[in-house]
Amino acid sequence: MVQGRVREIFGKVTHWAVLVGFSVLLAFPFYWMFISTFKRTNDLYNLKINPFIFNEKPTLEHLRLLFNDTLYLRWLGNTVVVGALVVFITLLLSVPAAYALARLTGRWGQRLGIGIFLTYLVPPTLLFLPLSRVIASLGLQDSLWSLVLVYPSFTIPFSTWLLMGFFKSIPPELEDAAMVDGLTRFGAFLKLVIPISTSGILTVTIFTFTLVTQEFVYALTFISSESRQMVGVGVPIFLVRGDVYYWGSLMAACLITSLPIALLYDLFLDRFIAGFTVGAVK
Amino acid sequence: MSSRKLGAAMFLPAILYVLAVIGVPFTLAFIYSVGDVKIASVGYHFVGLENFRSVLRSPTFRRSLFDSVVFTVGTQIIVLVGSTILALALKEKFRGRGLVRFLILLPWVAPVSLGAIGWKWILDSLYSVINWVLIAMHLVRPYDAPMWLGEPVLAMMSVIGVESWRLLPFSTVILLAGLTAIPRDIPEAAAVDGAGFWRTMFQITIPMILPIINVAVLFGVIFTFTDMTVVYILTRGGPYDTTQVLPSLAFFTGVLGGDLAEGAAISIFLVPLLVAVAYLMLRVAHRSEVT
Repeated sequence: MVQGRVREIFGKVTHWAVLVGFSVLLAFPFYWMFISTFKRTNDLYNLKINPFIFNEKPTLEHLRLLFNDTLYLRWLGNTVVVGALVVFITLLLSVPAAYALARLTGRWGQRLGIGIFLTYLVPPTLLFLPLSRVIASLGLQDSLWSLVLVYPSFTIPFSTWLLMGFFKSIPPELEDAAMVDGLTRFGAFLKLVIPISTSGILTVTIFTFTLVTQEFVYALTFISSESRQMVGVGVPIFLVRGDVYYWGSLMAACLITSLPIALLYDLFLDRFIAGFTVGAVK
Repeated sequence: MSSRKLGAAMFLPAILYVLAVIGVPFTLAFIYSVGDVKIASVGYHFVGLENFRSVLRSPTFRRSLFDSVVFTVGTQIIVLVGSTILALALKEKFRGRGLVRFLILLPWVAPVSLGAIGWKWILDSLYSVINWVLIAMHLVRPYDAPMWLGEPVLAMMSVIGVESWRLLPFSTVILLAGLTAIPRDIPEAAAVDGAGFWRTMFQITIPMILPIINVAVLFGVIFTFTDMTVVYILTRGGPYDTTQVLPSLAFFTGVLGGDLAEGAAISIFLVPLLVAVAYLMLRVAHRSEVT
């Protein structure tokens, strides 16, 4: 009896130790970004004092520098514009494709679906060198349009795959009934399937957008002007002047960019997982 | 319009787009790797396997190939062990689970380049907070503190650590999906039959989630082996190319060095692994289709 109690308490303690340990380990860099953002410069670079707390009054100096004296807002703007255009292209192509693969093409649908998913495994680091040539010959070097053109190459496969699973969960009888009532198959898709699929479409929108903000290699290779950077390249590369790192402002930029993306992502996590488990979980 | 034609009309645009933006450069990568393309030049001459020969002769390349393997294997071991423990701890519902989930997901959802620059500050040669703690605990002397990104072995450990930090949440949520799909009564029945915690774990739980562990590892291998962001931001491959991996070497050779052909030849070395993973992934997908 007593032994069982001890074991239960031991189990609980281990459980919480694991959870707290991992949370601290994984989230610490973000705490560090936060405290570095608001620390006064003296406080930030003083090795004699406890670095984990504010030893002097917090300051907005680094944020002011970030917003007034750097192109950070411009980079955020670039990212939002490119993200929106990529979302548009991705939805336009992947929604019909996913529906067709889920419904109309039978066994081939499954095969093509897996095929399109596998293209998601082809990494940018294999394609970026030839693509830089292609981009140059299209006259798109150092233009954000190059990213708008290339990013759907990984957002379409992923979105199509996710949406395919989503459309399969809609009972086909729904469209059959609508077609008996005189709608064509395509009409049923437009007027019936799309309206009831808004949550799936929203999920894909969020993931496409986050994939765009996370991309690094293409943005680093294709874009050279400081004013045309995406936020993921602009912050780590262009906020550094020569060898001087403005750590306060740099950490502020990381934190401000990451948190909203993290919040959005968290809301849609379960669908994201469903997309990655490749049917290995039922 | 027949439904077959309609189907084709609906999925062809997506397939053609992806083929154009992935298939064309994929093919070009092979063509470049047997040619003499430079950023500045316009012509193309077939040179056979010359680029591969010169790449294989280069000590930097061999070092990068070795580093890539160390980087990938090291990261996968840490991620697999860490995420299995964490997923098991997250399996049952408890108060505060949402907050814990949000915190542990941060490394995966934040843009990778920004997470990496955060670590660059944590591992700074002068102001590293890790060193501050080590010095405060009298584990190292102030003038003798480790240069995390400046010494070969420490630098490799650092890039592996940061890559693991980034991939651990991803692997955890995938394993978690596998764990929650196990019918509750199976481990319970085992417990009634007298199986202890470890026995239930290794003889029931882990074998049952093996397919999903495969998926997590396959994705993890691809993500690590083909990633250059963490290395590029933290060390630029240094010191002395001791953390150079194949993708970052391809970048430095092809983009900064201007030798597209040799860069392409280097990145071709990623292909065998991609093919192997794609094959294994298809087997997982196929098996789940059959059962």
